[in-house]
Amino acid sequence: MKVRFQLKRGGFTLDAAFDLAERGITAVFGRSGCGKTSLLRCMAGLEPDAWGQLDVAGEVWQAGVQSLATHRRSLGYVFQEASLFAHLTVERNLRYGWRRVAPSHRRVEWQTTIELLGLGPLLNRYPDQLSGGQRQRVALGRALLTSPDLLLMDEPLASLDSDSKAEILPYLEQLHRSLALPVVYVSHSQEEVLRLADQLVLMDDGRVLTQGPVARVLTRLDMPLAHQQGAQALLEGVVTHQDEADHLTEVVCEGQSVWVSQLSQARGTRVRLSVAARDVTISLVPATDSSVLNCLEVQIEALESDPHPGHVLIALKLGKQVLLSRITERSRRQLALKPGDRVHALIKGIAVH
Amino acid sequence: MMIAGIAETDWIALLLTLRLALTSTLLLLVLCVPLAWWLAFTPSRAKVLIEALVALPLVLPPTVIGFYLLILLGPRGAIGGALESIGLTHLAFSFTGLVIGSMVYSLPFVVQPLQNAFQSLGSRPLEAAATLRAGPVDRFLSVVLPLTRRGFLTAFVLSFAHTLGEFGVLLMIGGSIPGQTQVASIAIYNHVEALDYGAAHGLSLVLLVLAFSLLLAVYALNRRFRLVGVAQ
Repeated sequence: MKVRFQLKRGGFTLDAAFDLAERGITAVFGRSGCGKTSLLRCMAGLEPDAWGQLDVAGEVWQAGVQSLATHRRSLGYVFQEASLFAHLTVERNLRYGWRRVAPSHRRVEWQTTIELLGLGPLLNRYPDQLSGGQRQRVALGRALLTSPDLLLMDEPLASLDSDSKAEILPYLEQLHRSLALPVVYVSHSQEEVLRLADQLVLMDDGRVLTQGPVARVLTRLDMPLAHQQGAQALLEGVVTHQDEADHLTEVVCEGQSVWVSQLSQARGTRVRLSVAARDVTISLVPATDSSVLNCLEVQIEALESDPHPGHVLIALKLGKQVLLSRITERSRRQLALKPGDRVHALIKGIAVH
Repeated sequence: MMIAGIAETDWIALLLTLRLALTSTLLLLVLCVPLAWWLAFTPSRAKVLIEALVALPLVLPPTVIGFYLLILLGPRGAIGGALESIGLTHLAFSFTGLVIGSMVYSLPFVVQPLQNAFQSLGSRPLEAAATLRAGPVDRFLSVVLPLTRRGFLTAFVLSFAHTLGEFGVLLMIGGSIPGQTQVASIAIYNHVEALDYGAAHGLSLVLLVLAFSLLLAVYALNRRFRLVGVAQ
């Protein structure tokens, strides 16, 4: 799906285009004020002055200045603040969109959604009797129950405290696995992107800088994400072995084994690992006499000087996947590292998502 | 004939007052929704001008409003004259004239509470409703009305109570024709002029009790609705 929008407001100009995957979560990522929320609002038809192109499920939503009214679009929208109707109970909030969709168009089941989001005990409460996380879960359920063809989420976790975030993230991951519809997820949190996104659209100053699979965009040395202080790479792997004695789990990435603190996931489960650039050091020989548990054979793909003086950022190819490593310029010189070199990446810390 | 110690003509004046207050208030509520909505959400610079115009009846002496309306609606006025020329009668000294006068006089008492209610509601609940497939009318009935009912209630009561107590505008435009334009406040004035303090007492007491119960009911309702209402 091609998405393209332009919008002028005051001194700010949005001119953004990206490809939207047919399913999975496309994260639109960027600083506050980069236009990501405006882009989302354009997609929802909430910006009357927008110009653009958007077709969803064979229906024209936007063609130039012609815009299909928001209430005629089969979309779900989750606002940053839950925006529940204060005069309705949770159940009636959920039914608000549900009963406005013809029964023949309902693909999402009432009971399944209530259970998936754990809304059963909340049904008779009013919005002002809910916690922030509960409210956001209701808002998500309310949007899903309209059986949308496109789900738009505008920083649904940004206004929540970390406990509420931790409460709602598993629900989002669950959704991610069970929903067969495109989701656009606006965020400025790297943590959320690492956990949830499949595709990443990187925005800055009203424009799209780049887009692609999340692991790829995170590790592009010509893009700002890789140069952030907390730059991370994402690895995908499969759980292959549980070492009960040492409380470790083996995950195989591109044929090489990675040991992480014991996971509850069963063998054969695909998992996401994130590795910070500062936790990866480089050695020319295998590190057999080191306390570092994980040592992977990789190939240097590219080197780039880093904003931190005296440091370089290195992209390391692990099969089809890429790791990042930030080392000092002196080390690079001493090891004479250059693109194409086969080296060993020593990984000090791995987070599992 | 006396009923409950009040003369029949006074009862008629009282009923006329209630009818006038109800008619003009209901008409105002309907007509002011679009105006208050526009004032609440427009970025237009004309907004301040319209706001000032709407507030004008608050500061003008009622006789001034009544005087201009009399001129406009009378047989030689722009509106009255036009009505006469197409074979209708002008509106001075008629119930319709009173309704128009009351509406002008009570306009700010309806527009301002509604505008405040719409402003504090904001556009977000409407946007949320639109993303949940609710069309414009549906949104107004299912979201705006219930969430701003305190604003509507306030507007209704202020306008109604204000019209009950109206004197100057009505005297100028309606005169004092019993059964047609003689409202309670004018009847009381006439009684006092005629030094019939007993009759003035009776009618005044009815108005006092009426106005107080109305306000009491509203404050009680407001208290109950506060838990779930947003507006105001």
